[in-house]
Amino acid sequence: MATKVDEKKKLTKKDFTSDQAVRWCPGCGDYAILTAVQNALAEIGKDKDDIAFISGIGCSSRFPYYMETYGFHTIHGRAPAFATGLKVANPEIDVWVISGDGDSLSIGGNHFIHSVRRNVNVKYLIFNNEIYGLTKGQYSPTSRVGTVAKSTPYGSLDRAFNPASLTIGSEATFFARVADSSPKDMKELFVQLAQHKGNAVVEILQNCVIFNDKIHADITDREVRDDHQLRLEHGKPMIFGKEGNKGIVLEGASFKVVTIGENGVKESDILVHDAKRQDPTIAFMLSRMRLPEFPVPMGIFRQVEESTYDEDVNKQVADVKTKKGKPDLQKLLNAGETWTVG
Amino acid sequence: MAQQAVETHELERVTIKFAGDSGDGMQLTGTLFSDESALIGNDLATFPDFPAEIRAPAGTVAGVSGFQVQIGAVEIHTPGDEADALVAMNPAALKANLSRIRKGAIVVVDKDSWEERDLKKADYDHDPLQTDVIESYQLVQAPITSLTRETLKDFEMDTKQKDRCKNMFALGMMFWVYGRSFDNTEKYIKQKFAKKPKVVEANLKVLHAGYSYAQTIELFGSTYKVAPASIEPGTYRQISGNKSTVLGMLAASVKSGLDIFLGTYPITPASDILHELSKYKEFGAKTVQAEDEIAGIAMAIGAAFGGDLAFTTTSGPGLALKGEALGLAIMVELPLVVINVQRGGPSTGLPTKTEQSDLLQALYGRHGESPCPVIAASTPGNCFDFAFEAGRIALEHMTPVVYLTDGYLANGSEPWLIPDVNTLPEIKVQKAKEGDANYLPYDRDEETLVRKWAIPGMKGLAHRIGGLEKQDKTGNVSYDPQNHEFMCKVRAEKVARIANDIPDQKIIGEESGDLLVVGWGGTYGSLLTAVTELQKQGKKISLAHFNYINPLPKNTGDIFKNFKKIVVCELNLGQFQKYLSETFDYDFLKFNKIQGLPFMIGELKWRFESILSGGA
Repeated sequence: MATKVDEKKKLTKKDFTSDQAVRWCPGCGDYAILTAVQNALAEIGKDKDDIAFISGIGCSSRFPYYMETYGFHTIHGRAPAFATGLKVANPEIDVWVISGDGDSLSIGGNHFIHSVRRNVNVKYLIFNNEIYGLTKGQYSPTSRVGTVAKSTPYGSLDRAFNPASLTIGSEATFFARVADSSPKDMKELFVQLAQHKGNAVVEILQNCVIFNDKIHADITDREVRDDHQLRLEHGKPMIFGKEGNKGIVLEGASFKVVTIGENGVKESDILVHDAKRQDPTIAFMLSRMRLPEFPVPMGIFRQVEESTYDEDVNKQVADVKTKKGKPDLQKLLNAGETWTVG
Repeated sequence: MAQQAVETHELERVTIKFAGDSGDGMQLTGTLFSDESALIGNDLATFPDFPAEIRAPAGTVAGVSGFQVQIGAVEIHTPGDEADALVAMNPAALKANLSRIRKGAIVVVDKDSWEERDLKKADYDHDPLQTDVIESYQLVQAPITSLTRETLKDFEMDTKQKDRCKNMFALGMMFWVYGRSFDNTEKYIKQKFAKKPKVVEANLKVLHAGYSYAQTIELFGSTYKVAPASIEPGTYRQISGNKSTVLGMLAASVKSGLDIFLGTYPITPASDILHELSKYKEFGAKTVQAEDEIAGIAMAIGAAFGGDLAFTTTSGPGLALKGEALGLAIMVELPLVVINVQRGGPSTGLPTKTEQSDLLQALYGRHGESPCPVIAASTPGNCFDFAFEAGRIALEHMTPVVYLTDGYLANGSEPWLIPDVNTLPEIKVQKAKEGDANYLPYDRDEETLVRKWAIPGMKGLAHRIGGLEKQDKTGNVSYDPQNHEFMCKVRAEKVARIANDIPDQKIIGEESGDLLVVGWGGTYGSLLTAVTELQKQGKKISLAHFNYINPLPKNTGDIFKNFKKIVVCELNLGQFQKYLSETFDYDFLKFNKIQGLPFMIGELKWRFESILSGGA
């Protein structure tokens, strides 16, 4: 079981791997995410005893059992609330939440939006495969209209949530998107995620080989990804395409795809990505970009710094302690009007 | 009413009810009267009775807010069955209370609120003061509104502001009738309106005017005196159940050395616990108003995982929402206190009224085999003891605990003998040893079956817990059939063994006899009063009132043996009786009431006497 980690030793993936056999389906995108998280933690170098993984219910939620850190596999949809309690109680701990599209956006939608708006300093990974896996193949709140699934043989009718729009609309300080097919991007992003002070949500386009295979293929396949993805980098122009000659410009209140060199468009005309912009309007516009009209933005949409809820709760307690001095329980019991008998 | 010389009568006990519109300040009036009485040494119990609506239409019966207090020169355990004096600020207040006052009681009404339209608002098609009914009472018709305005005629205030002082006029009158000084009331008003000297002056002037009016006009045939009660020596204060619950929580925090975390969602009648606790952050108390009931308990469990003394507070409907998460807390064996301030149900039910109908939900309202300790407070004052005890059991036995109070305890108040902090036990927190290479999350103490608590941040103890069934000792996920059965039994046995760590059940009265009255929780005052009165008449009747419900005290079976009959009294349709019947082979009789109201002494005595004389 647990062994003490020598702090001088460089950490490796192995240090974050528990002794439990991983039980996802062969070919599941979760394996790559697990590896990327373990590699990222090794790079970050924080002691495993100071890290906790919290999950809800779903395939993704088995994740904590495979991590050699503190872990808590909770109940369906409520992981953000458990994580809030843990982080407020114990702010020194790095808290990660592992969740899926059903867990976060359906049964747990309420807790999800409130943990985002409170800016609780937890790292939040949503494995979005647009399907319910663990209950064996029903459509999810991110499934596209018309999805034929076990519970919708004639196609689903309800409109989908866009995780990016929902998160940014919930006052997010950090939102990013990455694909499970890009291990290097994932690891780098997770390192940045850990370094963001505040709530940080990542939508991972994750592939479910059994119930929804290749659902993100149009975004992630090697042949199309250069044309179908816009890789966001703070301070860099929003350029994409195999030839690196397409870009995004702001025209009126909308985005437009242009080709550099055509119709007099120069590279300097292309919109520069500013993830740190306080006003979330542009980030929200990025969240609305979808195929085929636009490439799908990947990377960090928004990263702004604000005080965190866990920090504020503890600061308020500390401030009151300073103001009122050492508490005296007996004095408190005797407060108000008292009288003595006998 | 004839004019006559005023005599002063000595009373053993008296019950007074102040009733008026929600906005008439009746809760404050009743509280101030109670506080003055407590300060001169009377024993007392109060019962605020207010509508669920914040401001129901003025003047209607639905909008009547009442405050009842019984004060005594003897021990007082209930706010009284029927009032000996009623102050009714309008016809609706009279209508709502006429059936709950004693024949011959003093009835003070505000004559100025007795116009045709006032009667109509109260749905009276006649003036009750003009009927025979009222002749059974000592009616005092005082022009309270106009005298209040007259008293304040030189004040630069509008009529509405002046009328807000009329409760002080009524209070002044009652202070004279019951021979109370009102130094504390004056002090309170001065503090409360410290920033508004004019309001202070106006209220005090009206208070004095009411007192003088009652004295001068001699509308009352007599005045009354209630001597100080001989109660246990010590320092006292007035306290409500919700407030003493908060002090008990803080005491558990101090005695365990852990910070409090409260995750909760506002719900009547539990919200005051959040309001009160959030004032005491200097004790390290973190209070989070969550997005819903489920988040409230989930945050609390997360905080328990993180090493805090965790609480969540709620009332019936909220407990239902918390059921799944409570099952998780049982599975992962983390310390947690769920405080359920019961109210009338099912569904939204009677949000501001009292009931004991969540007992079975507390005991069984979860999926799977999920044993959970349940304890209940029985007086406003001992909410302190049982909030503390809930924290102690949770931490020392590594388990969630459901702690039950109810609307009657939560809002009712009584004089409270302030405990000496030094006499409270230290709470032994079951933490694992940092760096313990042999730590296994589900390794148990042989005697108590309690596991050790390893908190994120403790070195060398990283481990995973969760809702899936876990292997004995290691806590790894296990679907092994034998292991599941073993773990279910171990969890049940662990809770059962808490019986070794709680006091024996006490009996009030002889240990054998014709009738044992059994109760639990907030009905203690009523049952005690009824049983004591019958004992005084020589009846062989005793009381066993339970605070520990799961597990029951170890001697429970033994105490039942020595009585010819046992009656279980509850404010529900027989939940504790059902629970006892499962375990003990006795013919438990029942007495139940489910009207959102506490038991009356009269109805209890009637029932007990009928059983004693051979009825069932």
